[in-house]
Amino acid sequence: MEEPQVRSGWPLYEVFLRGKRGLNHVHVGSLHAADPQMALRHARDLYTRRNEGVSIWVVAAADITASSPDEKDPFFAPSGDKVYRHPTFYDIPADVPHI
Amino acid sequence: MTEDEFAAYQSLSEETEDHRWAFGTGFTDPLEGIDASVPDGVDAAALAAYCLALGDDALIYSHRLQQWMTRLPELEEETALANVALDLLGQARMLLARAGQAEGRGRREDDLAFFRDEHEFHSVRLAEHTDADFAQLAGRLLVFSAWRLALFGRLAASADPVLAAIAAKGANELAYHRDYAAQWVIRLGDGTPLSHDRMAAALEVIWPLTDELFQTDPVAERLPAVAADPAELRAEVDAVLDTVLAAATLNRPRAGPLARVAGRSGRDGVHTEAFGYLLAELQSVARAHPDATW
Repeated sequence: MEEPQVRSGWPLYEVFLRGKRGLNHVHVGSLHAADPQMALRHARDLYTRRNEGVSIWVVAAADITASSPDEKDPFFAPSGDKVYRHPTFYDIPADVPHI
Repeated sequence: MTEDEFAAYQSLSEETEDHRWAFGTGFTDPLEGIDASVPDGVDAAALAAYCLALGDDALIYSHRLQQWMTRLPELEEETALANVALDLLGQARMLLARAGQAEGRGRREDDLAFFRDEHEFHSVRLAEHTDADFAQLAGRLLVFSAWRLALFGRLAASADPVLAAIAAKGANELAYHRDYAAQWVIRLGDGTPLSHDRMAAALEVIWPLTDELFQTDPVAERLPAVAADPAELRAEVDAVLDTVLAAATLNRPRAGPLARVAGRSGRDGVHTEAFGYLLAELQSVARAHPDATW
């Protein structure tokens, strides 16, 4: 018997799905695959089994540049008290969704 | 998942009244609400036999795939092949139910799946083959799904509306199965020297089982406009297999067909030794607890 392989030398991919309602792609999870084409098929099998999506994006996790949790305050805190950046002074019509 | 992430994921799911997405839950008759009558001029006994054989192909193949569960090299492949097995099980349920309707003796899908003996199963011998490794799994699935897709493509225009609907639904599933299998055959064939040799060896093992798929079927001959002549599928299937094998840098195996037994093979109820063991596992629970529900 060969030694069992350590789980996945395959790289990690992040999966984004767009539902049928015409919204944006939403991050739903991640998976391992040998290349992007395989990742797309794995995503189809793992994340659209219950008719969740009409479009799939996969992105190699290594290609994502993310903000660091250590820099959370300098990045995000300054916007907290600047209410004038929010469009709260308009009346939003009731029949306009997703704003 | 955190609650927020779960909510986001849930929001993607369409609200649906269709409780049929998970086979085996929520419904007992896969053809519920569908007009069960056999069209005028169609030989009902032959239609029953034809649907039964196609259902047996799917039932037996599905069970072989289920035996791979927990043994596959990657979690993602396991989900993929569980999906394939479930798709085939769904096809088997509908086809066996249709066979029972056409037969008109009150037998339901479970009666047909669990309470027939080996010689009463008419699946092709390719369906019962035990895959010795992942290369055989991929090669066998490629052949089976390419063949079945070609068949269902024709049956979608069948004169039996129920069979036509089952085939039209199944064709989408089979197109994905074929694509999945082809990806792996190409990946292994055009991979390392080791994977290439193992993929080539796997095809040598699978190939003798392919000839039977295209043998003229006396049952189909009794069903003009309803059934498809297996011999007519060969050119289409060959074209697909040749394309995939070329991309995979593999040669078409030259092995001759597996011998028939006194001129009989899978469609005649004559199977390989492996079949009895498979059937024993498939049927043991239902036979130990007849009419049990859960």
